Amino acid sequence: MPLAFGAAATQGLPVRSGVGLKPEHFQEILETRPEIGFFEIHAENYMVDGGPFHHYLGRIRAQYPLSIHGVGLSIGGESPLDGDHLDRLASLLDRYQPESFSEHLAWASHGEVFLNDLLPAPYHANTLALVCRHIDQVQDRLKRRMLLENPATYVEFSASTMAETEFIAEVVRRTGCGLLLDVNNVYVSCVNHHRDPYGYVRALPLAAAGEIHLAGFARDADAAGDPLLIDSHGAPVDQAVWELYRYTLECTGPLPTLIERDNDIPAFPVLLAEAHRAERMMRAEVLAGPAREVLA
Amino acid sequence: MSDQQIFADALLAADPVCPPGLRTWNQSDPGRRFGVYRNNVIVSLIDALADTYPVTQALVGEEFFRAMALLFVRAHPPRSRLLAFYGDGLAGFIQAFPPVAGIPYLADVARLEMLRVLAYHAADATPLQAGELAQLLADETTLPTARFSLHPSVGILRSCYAVVSLWAAHQSAEASAPLEEIDTDSPEAALVLRVGLDVEISRVPDSTAAFIMNLQRGVVFGPAVEQTLAADAAFDLAATLGLLIASGVITNVTITGSATS
Repeated sequence: MPLAFGAAATQGLPVRSGVGLKPEHFQEILETRPEIGFFEIHAENYMVDGGPFHHYLGRIRAQYPLSIHGVGLSIGGESPLDGDHLDRLASLLDRYQPESFSEHLAWASHGEVFLNDLLPAPYHANTLALVCRHIDQVQDRLKRRMLLENPATYVEFSASTMAETEFIAEVVRRTGCGLLLDVNNVYVSCVNHHRDPYGYVRALPLAAAGEIHLAGFARDADAAGDPLLIDSHGAPVDQAVWELYRYTLECTGPLPTLIERDNDIPAFPVLLAEAHRAERMMRAEVLAGPAREVLA
Repeated sequence: MSDQQIFADALLAADPVCPPGLRTWNQSDPGRRFGVYRNNVIVSLIDALADTYPVTQALVGEEFFRAMALLFVRAHPPRSRLLAFYGDGLAGFIQAFPPVAGIPYLADVARLEMLRVLAYHAADATPLQAGELAQLLADETTLPTARFSLHPSVGILRSCYAVVSLWAAHQSAEASAPLEEIDTDSPEAALVLRVGLDVEISRVPDSTAAFIMNLQRGVVFGPAVEQTLAADAAFDLAATLGLLIASGVITNVTITGSATS
């Protein structure tokens, strides 16, 4: 049964665009106070005792809404959740009171070993029960609703009995968690598995979507020479992903939208320009939405 | 063995094996696609090591460093989800790695670079004001029983090699001696300390380093001085106290009333 959540969890991010916060940009952000809706951090980078990371994050958070995005919980992992890590996460959330917390439908550790990647899991009844149990545990411990991000994947499993969208919809229904709709991941996975990204978006539990991610990918090829896209976070958002984003906005209405960039990080204004492009598309959708309803 | 165990083992295996049970829409070999995960894991961990150990990398060259880091990653994958401190075992690995036996100082340079990262992320603390500290140090009756709390970022490395000079030679080009002029076999001790937001690495006399280590272990002032002097009669207490006052190493002083603990 879905949990009841407190006020902190329901306030949410502003319906604007944001960018991932990178140490390279700390000073510039404080000096120039850019016009932007929010910043997002990777939780694990800030699980340190003190020093410059907390110094800058504290000052930036005082001026902007914040999303905390975990990459290390391993919600899709067979191993039990790491209680110490969950405690560290709770402290971080307590300290910075972010408007949103999100994690991935993936696993990143096995036993004692942390693999530092978002790894795929098969979609069937056992993993569904496991993922739901882990999300219940996270939401209970953090006393807030979390958003779950759809993955970018390169392989599928023979053991899967459910479509990814069906799996995610069921997790959302059972746990009451929200959806972090990563439009780049949709595009990457759909190209990699030869599916229709527009149909994939429609099959998601869109009413639960609380945030959108946009990022760039790299192009590779599989053993048959067919395209294999890599979720690199190291390039500008691709035109095909912008188009899928526009379509997603038509389905969901405007949502807080993050420009993610973790590799080959450009000057801050480059990311800001992508964020502003997303915001223009949201505004256009606000204007076009009612017209579309009239026409429909 | 569980499916994820098999998958995880295959990610780190030296031979590119593909775990069973993977499917591709076009029936292409899933091994090629699984290779994306292998690459993500290995490259991201090598990159994390390269971020922590830039001088170590510069001393052996990027290509050699990454080949060595690959062996380290496979043998010692992270046990923590906090990657900032990944690779604290690299110095020990280097010491036992025959191909770098001819660069005996490399392990200590790696140790110094890890101390720098630890200092960068260490807890914040306010140093005692120089005036306040000078006053405490001037009271000869209580000083021997004083226990010093050091800034959490303080790190000490006592090396048989010229680690500080080697490190400094890889910072700004104009500020230090060129690499080829460094006598690498000249012993050096380093004091690592975060001052404000910046980590400073400075060369200190070995006896000063030994003394600060005593204080760090919680040895009270009197015995700390005696132990340091016993090991090195040339220990310059006055200069060391001057350094402690000026640098902001000390964050608190407790008068214990006992000079034996």
